Amino acid sequence: MKYETVIGLEVHVELATQSKIFCSCSAHSYGAEPNEHVCPACCGMPGMLPVVNKRVVDYGMKAGLMLGCHINRVTTFDKKSYYYPDLPAAYQTTQWFAPVAVNGLVEIETSKGKKGVRIKQIHMEEDAGKLVHDIREDTTHVDFNRTSVPLIEIVSQPDLSSAEEVVAYLDRLKNLLRYARVAECEMAHGTMRCDVNLSVRPEGSDKLGVRTEMKNMNSIEAIKRAIEYETARHIDALENNTEVLVQETRRWDDIKGKSFAMRTKETAGDYRYFPDPNVMPVVIDDNWFDEIKSSLPEFPEVKRERYMSEYGLGEYDTEQITKSIALCECFEEAAKTCGDAKNAANWIISEVMSILNLRQMTYDMLTVSGKSLGELITLVSGGKVGRANAKKILAAMFDDASINPEEYANANGFVISNDTGLIDKVVKEVVESDPKSVADYKGGKEKALMALFGRCMKELKGNCDPQTLRKILIEYIDKI
Amino acid sequence: MIYTAKKDVNSACKIVAEDMLLTTDMPTAAGSKMLDGYMSLLEAEVLTILKDKGYGVCGKADVGEFAIDLLGETSYNGANTADGKLLNSSSEILKANEADAVIALDVNGTTRRAAAQNGLVSVKPTYGTVSRYGTVPVACSGETVSVMAKDAKTCRKVLDDIAGHDDKDGTSLPESEIAKKADAKEIKRIAIINDMMADVSDDVKANIDSAVAKLDVEVVNIDSSVIASSRPAWNILMSAELCNNVSRYDGVKYGHRAEKFSGIDELYTNSRTEAFGDLLKTAIIFGSETLSTENYMKVYDKALRTRRVIVEEFAKIFAEFDAVMIPACSKAFYTEDDVKADKYVSYKENFYTAPASITGLPAVVAGGVQLIGKAFSENALLELASKI
Ligand SMILES: [Zn+2]
Repeated sequence: MKYETVIGLEVHVELATQSKIFCSCSAHSYGAEPNEHVCPACCGMPGMLPVVNKRVVDYGMKAGLMLGCHINRVTTFDKKSYYYPDLPAAYQTTQWFAPVAVNGLVEIETSKGKKGVRIKQIHMEEDAGKLVHDIREDTTHVDFNRTSVPLIEIVSQPDLSSAEEVVAYLDRLKNLLRYARVAECEMAHGTMRCDVNLSVRPEGSDKLGVRTEMKNMNSIEAIKRAIEYETARHIDALENNTEVLVQETRRWDDIKGKSFAMRTKETAGDYRYFPDPNVMPVVIDDNWFDEIKSSLPEFPEVKRERYMSEYGLGEYDTEQITKSIALCECFEEAAKTCGDAKNAANWIISEVMSILNLRQMTYDMLTVSGKSLGELITLVSGGKVGRANAKKILAAMFDDASINPEEYANANGFVISNDTGLIDKVVKEVVESDPKSVADYKGGKEKALMALFGRCMKELKGNCDPQTLRKILIEYIDKI
Repeated sequence: MIYTAKKDVNSACKIVAEDMLLTTDMPTAAGSKMLDGYMSLLEAEVLTILKDKGYGVCGKADVGEFAIDLLGETSYNGANTADGKLLNSSSEILKANEADAVIALDVNGTTRRAAAQNGLVSVKPTYGTVSRYGTVPVACSGETVSVMAKDAKTCRKVLDDIAGHDDKDGTSLPESEIAKKADAKEIKRIAIINDMMADVSDDVKANIDSAVAKLDVEVVNIDSSVIASSRPAWNILMSAELCNNVSRYDGVKYGHRAEKFSGIDELYTNSRTEAFGDLLKTAIIFGSETLSTENYMKVYDKALRTRRVIVEEFAKIFAEFDAVMIPACSKAFYTEDDVKADKYVSYKENFYTAPASITGLPAVVAGGVQLIGKAFSENALLELASKI
């Protein structure tokens, strides 16, 4: 018999706000000491009251709109109770009754073509802390830096049917949420986490099979492996009666390549949801809604279309730049400033992206402004700064985004000199100091000229038009 | 124990804070062994405001465990009694003239019962007009900071000083709303609700009669079974919120931790079993049940809907009357035997205090009677109270 897999996802995404959801502690604990970013509120001490970080609602709305959702204009927060040491107040504030966004649709593309995935809802909630097990001392330490960091949970309908579709869906979420600059969505950093609900049924059947929920996949690859394993396990159970499938939560062990049922104690339980009386319903009025709506970026495919038709970029260039909203913004501004879109695209792809890669930065971490980049490009195309020096200026702009390229070029002697007297002087010195290279060149060794040229350029600190230098150098040697 | 902590202060106006208000220079236990010796990192906003205005906080008054009992008898320090009668710490301090006013957290009516039985005045202001920041949370949807003093004038002064918007409290009303207090109209027509008079002792009835006699207002007796249903609805909401709010006390981060346990589950269970008293444990179990998936709609949600009906009922009454007069408790005093006979007596006696708790309406107790008014009418209620 042929089977089909039915998959729904619950994706947790950490919102990229500066502060936590209900207190003013920093939401960025990467590299911080344990419990450095905590206060009585996010440590579950009595007395402090939750005050909703408006930014979190902004981002929740943006995410909802990017994923084609309806925004609930009155959205409420609820308490979900359970005991675990990483949850300091023994309840998580989440959205149970009126989530910020519902009924969305996300389009994905796979080898089988395009497909819509329905979004059931997106709700905002706070993250829990981290437990650190010390095997040596046989103790467990609690780190509350991450408690109350804002999350959204994106719940899809069971519209996915393969690992390929799941990967395409996750990529799409990541792309859209990054475009709206609401989240980083990096599984390796834990800013995107994914639980997979999976069942299997005979192809064509309209009855759903027994569903299991899998947790603990830490990479896209792990998700693929987990889906493939779990699908095979379900089919095997149905075909060969190897086991009886039960609705349960399973933990994926990527090293063993298997999923294991979690103890019922870890999963069962009644979360006793109820409205949080300390958080008043958030009312999204038209002004607020319109403000968010108008702040949304162009969708990636709209941008791609436009880059090719409006700027005349090729498919490869377009694909590269539209990988990141930061690159897009930088490109568009640079193109406007220098008036040469193709040149701007070139600079982004060959220079900007290679520095980002070299510095192991994500594309979204780009801080160089498109305006400055455009000015730099103008300096080069106008013959004021050599390409090699322009790269140095760009590197400096990565270190300090406030640098003005022209001022920096002037201050650091990066401006091309039209002073042929200086070039003549340098050529004379270099040629006279290296009679061997001169002889080699005259003997027919083209390479020797390159060496002389290089030394002249170095003496001139790169501030010379290469053609001019070459011409003067050859003329000088010919005269000897 | 009357005081859980004392401090020498040099101020013309001395305040005692109930031990439900967090202080950074004195411990806060909320009457629970769980928080024995707990030093807070933050101070109740109302105390900060009062200190800024020149008041001196000269001590903390003991309270019953998380302030849900009758008068404070469930404190882990033991009940305060005299000749078998239950005493209330805050009232004793005021009667002994050791402070000019007490700042309390009115969770389940303790302050109002205490004021009624000790000839004191207390005011529970309109919900959202006084910051709850820095109070030990129990039943957040209805509890308010309240003031108790020997007379209405002092209550008024202190309340005026602490009322106001606080950004740190998400339920705090905007200043423009709170300002409506200034427009409170003089009270001329009062309704006495017959349903609330049926089970009270003769001396409580006498208090009502005497108050009516002293006041130059029109008094009409009306029936309202809806107002009388405040108690079960409030008991459900209060217990559910309490259950959730005290879950944070698990022995992991601070507070009492059992010496013997193996594993995290036992750490929780043993610590809480050792540190919590009977009434609290019952409230936790009851509250937990009301929120279960099975019971949510038929119990908790029903209580929420009942709350709306009660609010509407008050609105109807206030279309005709300026205030409602009911008792604050069923009798003139409680004894140790009352609690021995029924551990959960405070869940019954709050019949009289639940209507104002569940609606957030202002309530003033004076002369052994309770006046409940429209939202923002506390000044008019206090004005009337000064004549009782
Ligand atoms: Zn915090």
